[in-house]
Amino acid sequence: MEKVLLRNIGVPASHTLSTYQSRGGYASWRKVVQTLKPEQLIEEVKASGLRGRGGAGFPTGMKWSFVPKDSPKPKYLVCNADESEPGTFKDRLLIEQDPHGLVEGTMIAAFAIQSHTAFIYIRGEMAFGATRLEQAVAEGYQAGLIGKNLFGTGYDLDVIVHRGAGAYICGEETALLSSLEGGRGWPKVKPPFPATHGLFGCPTVVNNVETLATLPWILERGAAAYSAMGTEKSKGTKLFSVSGHIARPGVYELEMGYPFKKFLDEDCGGVPNGKKLKGVIPGGGSMPVLKPEELDKVNLDYESVAAAGSLLGSGGVIVMDETVCMVRAALNLARFFAHESCGQCSPCREGVHWMEKILHRVEHGGAQSGDLDLILNIAGNIAGNTICPFGDAAAWPPGAFIRKYRDEFEAHIAAGKCTVRN
Amino acid sequence: MALEFSPETLKAFEATVARYPKKEAAMLPVLYLAQREFGHLGPEAIEYVAKLMDQAPARVHGVVSFYTMYNMKPIGRHHIQVCRTLPCALHGAEEVTGFLKKKLGIDCGQTTPDGRFTLTEVECLASCGTAPMMQVNDDYYENLTEEKIDQLLEAMK
Repeated sequence: MEKVLLRNIGVPASHTLSTYQSRGGYASWRKVVQTLKPEQLIEEVKASGLRGRGGAGFPTGMKWSFVPKDSPKPKYLVCNADESEPGTFKDRLLIEQDPHGLVEGTMIAAFAIQSHTAFIYIRGEMAFGATRLEQAVAEGYQAGLIGKNLFGTGYDLDVIVHRGAGAYICGEETALLSSLEGGRGWPKVKPPFPATHGLFGCPTVVNNVETLATLPWILERGAAAYSAMGTEKSKGTKLFSVSGHIARPGVYELEMGYPFKKFLDEDCGGVPNGKKLKGVIPGGGSMPVLKPEELDKVNLDYESVAAAGSLLGSGGVIVMDETVCMVRAALNLARFFAHESCGQCSPCREGVHWMEKILHRVEHGGAQSGDLDLILNIAGNIAGNTICPFGDAAAWPPGAFIRKYRDEFEAHIAAGKCTVRN
Repeated sequence: MALEFSPETLKAFEATVARYPKKEAAMLPVLYLAQREFGHLGPEAIEYVAKLMDQAPARVHGVVSFYTMYNMKPIGRHHIQVCRTLPCALHGAEEVTGFLKKKLGIDCGQTTPDGRFTLTEVECLASCGTAPMMQVNDDYYENLTEEKIDQLLEAMK
């Protein structure tokens, strides 16, 4: 398979403008500004079948088309580079090793909605990545690829790299916008959607790093070449971050629809040290865990993973071998969500801490017989009852762990302590 | 004497504000400037930033306390942040933290008496394929072993 997203990774000095341009970089950008109308660009990306890689999988071209063309307000394009989903590290690779690819993609999306200001909101902890992006943007300005009257067409575009300050919730698009407005990263009620009421109440599109980094290739090779890859509904390629108990962890680019089991066993080298697989989280820490026997028919595309009862999400694959205590794994993720709840909606703010506390006593002693159903009850009262999808993300993992490994949880309660590690 | 920016930082502040379509959007970068200048963001620093940004101190406090990267109390010269989330936990994050606690003689959330190190546990830093890992100030250190940590601590004066 030809690489779309990782094509420049591993090339010496891949982060510099000269290397990027020597490999054809910014040719798509020039073509877009000089020869395409925004509507033509949107149609091309719609035809490619590209869907948002931030986790939700919403069609990218359609998202752009919701921005009103006749609005008197300024329009904003925001790149969501706040990668924080447990088990996900693909965007960081692109940002650090191919920053120009991201800048070019960001500008193509900005042109599609006729924005003159684009922000790249990068996770605060990624200081190195921010430096790489700032260097790339500075090089772009110097080369006349960013700024005023681009290629003599009269089109102006500024790109601003903006650092977050440490908050998982800012990966949620409306929280990200609240943060970019200078406030706490609190999600906003939708509707109205950012396409009409986004940054400072202006029409705004928020796209993920991986989504944007795909655009230069699509413009270079054409929508048909992109949509020729993948499945009927999940087109193209996608990045997968693989971590945990796996022989060859790392970032992989796969054609959508690749068999999950084959990927883990062959491409990633399987579970090391002669251990057996116990469970896999396929799409980042907020997605339901899958048992080994559930993997046989799963392919890595949106529809197939959903049919198996989980979601493709960010493509963060966390592999757990037979030595892992599933109560402890569930507790670890519950603690994550308890730490990261923004505190705005009561069901989430209170519920995530209750779930963590109850899971803690299941693992460490003091649990009661009804505790598992109590956790499921709390999870059920969070999911769907909050402003943003964080509530669902926090509720799904404990629910899935308990339903799929219930015997192990019951054994912990009966023994009054961990039955796997001790 | 009340806190205020040096002339150079004041220039950086003005340049930062000028990049944004609205002044309030510069809040996060301005708070970074203040943290770099004052070491941490205590009540006086918050009040000063509030004045610069034409906002109520309570609102600035609300922003500062929301994000993990703003320090409201003084911290050590080397801020060691060990990732504790699942992929790192599967590769011994707890042992890394335990080793550091013993080595430094402090608990998480504490600073060594000489002001050299502060130890914190943090959530996923997007470095899961090279677990266990930690961040010290701006830099990531991956695939940690006890020997590697020993060498790192030795180099951090």
